[in-house]
Amino acid sequence: MNEIPLTHILFLSTALFFIGMYGLFTRRNLITMLMAIELMLNSVNINFVAFNKYLYPDKLNGVFFTLFIIAVAAAEAAVAIAIFINLYRNHRSIDVEETEQMRY
Amino acid sequence: MMSDFFILMKQELVITVIIFILLLLKIGADLSNEKMLQLANALLLLNLVLGFIGNRPGVLFNEMFLANPLVVLEKNILSLGTLIISLQSSAWLKKHDHVPEFYILLLCTLLGMFFMISSGNLLIFYVGLELSSIPLAAMANFDLGRKRSSEAAMKFIISSAFASGLLLFGISLVYGATGTLTFSELGALIAGGPLQTFAFVLLLAGFAFKISVVPFHLWTADVYEGAPVAVTSWLSVVSKGSVLFVFVSVLYTVFKPIAGSWYNMLFVLSVLTILTGNLFAIRQHNIKRFLAFSSIAQIGFILVGITGSSQLAAASVVYFVLIYVFSNLAAFGVIALVSAVTGREQLNDYRGFYRTNPVLSWVLTIALFSLAGVPPTAGFFGKFFLLLAGAGKGNYILVTIAALNMILSFYYYLRLVKAIFMDVNEQPIEQLSIPAYSKLALFICITGIIVTGLAGYVYDYIHSLSSKF
Repeated sequence: MNEIPLTHILFLSTALFFIGMYGLFTRRNLITMLMAIELMLNSVNINFVAFNKYLYPDKLNGVFFTLFIIAVAAAEAAVAIAIFINLYRNHRSIDVEETEQMRY
Repeated sequence: MMSDFFILMKQELVITVIIFILLLLKIGADLSNEKMLQLANALLLLNLVLGFIGNRPGVLFNEMFLANPLVVLEKNILSLGTLIISLQSSAWLKKHDHVPEFYILLLCTLLGMFFMISSGNLLIFYVGLELSSIPLAAMANFDLGRKRSSEAAMKFIISSAFASGLLLFGISLVYGATGTLTFSELGALIAGGPLQTFAFVLLLAGFAFKISVVPFHLWTADVYEGAPVAVTSWLSVVSKGSVLFVFVSVLYTVFKPIAGSWYNMLFVLSVLTILTGNLFAIRQHNIKRFLAFSSIAQIGFILVGITGSSQLAAASVVYFVLIYVFSNLAAFGVIALVSAVTGREQLNDYRGFYRTNPVLSWVLTIALFSLAGVPPTAGFFGKFFLLLAGAGKGNYILVTIAALNMILSFYYYLRLVKAIFMDVNEQPIEQLSIPAYSKLALFICITGIIVTGLAGYVYDYIHSLSSKF
C-alpha cells in the first residue's frame, strides 16, 4: 500500500500556516483574525504529528506537544473573546479600523 | 526524591500557595481594599525573602526543570520587581473594585515567567511563555470602562498570539530536524543547514516580538499608552526581563553552534532597534509612549551586549536588567502616582513640576539620569558593561553606533529634565502627598540606583554565577 510521503504533509502544513498569516494581515474583523491565528496553530499541530509519525516513531514527544498546544490555544481564545466582548461594549464595534484611537 | 521536588521548585510553589490564598480570600472573606493591599504586599515580601534561603542546584522531571544559582538570582530579581510594582500601584488599586483579581493575574504571569526561566525543555518553555502572556492581556484590560485600555488589550493579545504562532512553527521545525526537545541534547544536534537556520529565524522572531525588537515593535507604544500604569511598568520591566533571561540562555546553550549566523542578525537588529527607539522617543507627547520608545532603545543596547556571547555578556545582561528594574520603576513610580491622583499623562503636564513637587522631581530626575547613563548612577555602569561585552568580538562599528546613540538619547531625557526644572507652567500638577507604600518603593529604587553601580561586588557576584556560558 502506498503511504503519503512526508513532504506532502509538510507542504499542507506550511501552506496552512501562511494562509493563516495572510488572513491575519488582511482581515479587519477581530473574530476572523482570531480564526486565522487558530489556523496557524493548527498547522503547527500537523507538523508535530507528521514529524513524530514519520521520523521519530519510537517516542511520543511531538504528539504530547500537540495536546499542550490545543489546550493553550483554547485558553488563549477564551481570554481573547472576553477582551473582544469588552471592546465591543466600549466601542460598539469589533472592526480593528473603527476601534483604533491610538496612532503614531 | 520528594524533598528534591520541594526544594528545587520552592519559588514556584510559594507563588502557587499565594495565588490560592488570595483566591480563597476573594471567595470567602470580604476584606476592605486597604487590608487586601497590606496582606498582598506582606505575602510578596515573604516571597522575596524565601527566594534567598535554602537554594541548591538540581534537575527535575527528566531535565524538564532546571535550578541553578543564576536561575534563582534571576527569579529573585523578578520577585523584587513585583514587590516594587505592587507597592507603587497601591494608590491606584485603593480606588479599584477588583484588587484580589489584579494580584491573582499578576502572580499567574510571574509563575509563568519562573517556569520559563528554569525550563530545560522547549515544551515547558512554551507553556511558561503562554502562562506569562495570556493573563497579561487580561491585566492590560484592567480599566474595564476605558476605551484605550480595551484597545491596548486587543492589540496585545493579537500580537502575542501571532508571536507564539511563529515561535511554535520554529519549535516544530527544530523538532523535525533533530527529534528532541531537550535543551542539552539540542545543543549537540544543531549544526546549521537551511532547515535549522529557518527554524532559528522563526524562533528569533517570536522572541523579538516579546521583547519588542524593532521590526516587531509596533504593538509596544499603543499597549503601553492604553494599559494602566501598573501594568505598563510590569510589561516594560518584569515581562521583558524574564524573556531576556531565557533568550540569553537559549542562544548561548542551544544555538551556540550557529553563533556565526545569529551574530550578524543581532548586529542588524540592534542597530535598527537603538536608532528607531531613539528617533521615535524624540517626537512623543505622552509620557508612557515616551518611556515605551526609550525602553525599545534600551533593548537595543541589551542586544549589543548579547552579541558578545561570552560569560561577560551573560553577566552584563543580568546586571543591566537588575539596574533597569530600579531605574525604570523609579520613573514609573512617579508617573503612577501623578496619574492615579490627577490623571495627567502628557509630557507638557510635567513643566514646572519642581515648583510644586520637589521630592518627586528629584526622584524622576535621578531615574532619567540612570536610564540615560550619566556616570554616578548605576545606568552608566550597566551600559558600560554591555558595550564592553559587545566590543569583545572586535566589532567596533557596532559599539561606536551604540555610543553615539547614547548621546542622542541624552537629548530627549534631558529635555524632560529641563521641562521639570526650568519651564514655567500656568497649571502645574498640584502638590501631591506621597503615600507610605509609594515612599517605600521609591526609596528602594533610588537606593538601588545608587548602590548597585558603586558596589562592585554586585557585578562580581553575577559574573561568578554565569560561568556556565
